[in-house]
Amino acid sequence: MQPDLFRTPPAGGDYAAAFSATLLKPGREAPTLICGPAGKAAAKRFAVYRNNVTVSLIDALAAVYPAVQRITGGEFFRAMARFHVRETPPSSPLLFEYGRDFPAFIAHYPYAGAMPWLADVARVERAWLDAYHAADTAPLGASDLARAPSERLPVLVFSPHPTTRLLRSSYAAVTIFAANRTDGPIEEIDASEAEDALITRPDSEVVVRRLAPGQFEFLSALMAGQELGKATEAAIGAHSDFDIGMALMTLIESGACTSATCGENT
Amino acid sequence: MTTELTAIADRTSSAPRFPAPSVAGLAGTSCKPQHLQAILAGPKPRGFFEVHAENYMGAGGPPHRALEAIRRDHSISLHGVCMSIGAPQPLDRAHLARFRALVQRYEPALVSEHLAWSTHGNTFFNDLLPLPYTEATLATVCDHLDEAQEAIGRPLLLENPSTYVLYRESSMSETDFIRAVVRRAGCGLLLDVNNVYVSATNHGFSAAQYLADFPLEAVGEIHLAGHAEQTDDEDGPLLIDSHDRPVADAVWALFESVVVRAPAIPTLIEWDGEIPEWSRLQAEAAAAQSILDRAGLDARRSHAA
Repeated sequence: MQPDLFRTPPAGGDYAAAFSATLLKPGREAPTLICGPAGKAAAKRFAVYRNNVTVSLIDALAAVYPAVQRITGGEFFRAMARFHVRETPPSSPLLFEYGRDFPAFIAHYPYAGAMPWLADVARVERAWLDAYHAADTAPLGASDLARAPSERLPVLVFSPHPTTRLLRSSYAAVTIFAANRTDGPIEEIDASEAEDALITRPDSEVVVRRLAPGQFEFLSALMAGQELGKATEAAIGAHSDFDIGMALMTLIESGACTSATCGENT
Repeated sequence: MTTELTAIADRTSSAPRFPAPSVAGLAGTSCKPQHLQAILAGPKPRGFFEVHAENYMGAGGPPHRALEAIRRDHSISLHGVCMSIGAPQPLDRAHLARFRALVQRYEPALVSEHLAWSTHGNTFFNDLLPLPYTEATLATVCDHLDEAQEAIGRPLLLENPSTYVLYRESSMSETDFIRAVVRRAGCGLLLDVNNVYVSATNHGFSAAQYLADFPLEAVGEIHLAGHAEQTDDEDGPLLIDSHDRPVADAVWALFESVVVRAPAIPTLIEWDGEIPEWSRLQAEAAAAQSILDRAGLDARRSHAA
């Protein structure tokens, strides 16, 4: 009989603390509180749990970030994801919530340095999944907006749709994202062209749009609860050629908001 | 047991939104997004579908639309995989509230969870991790079951685990532990026959003896699945509960031995990795259904005799 069969269990009986301490640390020995049958060694047995945990969490990241994986290739992606899983395991049992810190991790991952746009592509993918799982509700329609008297338009305030996300990239993140979410061939992309993204899901399909100049400032202001007039001023201030007609069309077509009311100073 | 669980559910829910046909004596399958179109387009299967609760805990979107579509025509089994009932730390109240909301929304015929843990502190490990079987863990598991069953307003079916290691501190067998849990927490059981075979092989005990000791009268659902084969530290067989292939012959044989003793328990084919064509998964369920049907017929004959 092996002497450590009689080892005292950890204080407080907290087997979970002892068991989990090295689950994400591959080089370390298996915990002493477990064994195989008849006290047999359990290093390979414990490795099954280590493998299950690490592989399933890498798979979870791969499910959230399919375009990033297509861009980097499976082997690169899984190596990068493995680092992140060990450093930042999930805190929620809902795996579709996992990986919020992964874009920031990618931004500082040395081996991804040649792909400075990769983190922004990941941000688009994270926003896509958030829009996918967000609450369902009917967006504001063109006819709803048409009912607002024209003199009140500048003081309209919009409520964001639960699925709406806005992102700004110094790179062509939307174009790269879109090209890599399908299996089709990829044409050459000028990654250095800055792009703004609007992500919405007015019904069952998530839609990722590239925004025209000024629309990011315009929609950001509206989603923050600013009046239409103020949001337009912000957009023109950023881009003198801002087209309010096109921007309103984007607002309605995308389903980015659920309702519009007249602001306080009316 | 199944009918009793359904009756309790009926008393606690308000007007049902969905049909509630009995699942007694039926075989079902996992419900995978890959199969959704084929399921909705094809002839209506006789059995039921099981979904992992956590996949439907988002606020809205396509997953809920899919489950609504399935639930309109079929009974479902709601199977939780990360409540962490076997952890020493308290259950996650927010998670219980989400679970309760799903039970109320989809009125499942069966609701189950695992005798395992997956969260420690703030970290979710996404695996069904084992616990020692002691008086202390028995008390914790029963407290957690009380809380979970109170939250969802109906009994849970607790699933026996597949394990790869044992705890030196365990002071009772898994079947003794499970019998005590049923007695004290008043829960039902989900008997995973593949898990029995996997654990029996991994730890060198008799699967038949385990099943003889298992309180079949509390079982409200059976799981069948495929497993992978590896070797342990001393090159002995180590089976992995992989759910990525057909049910093994030895597991079918154990299933038949259970069905003879308890003929009408709803039985589910789990398939979570290397997902096959819908027709392949259906064929696996049809094999289980024919065993259930034969046992049902035999039971009626011997009753009539």
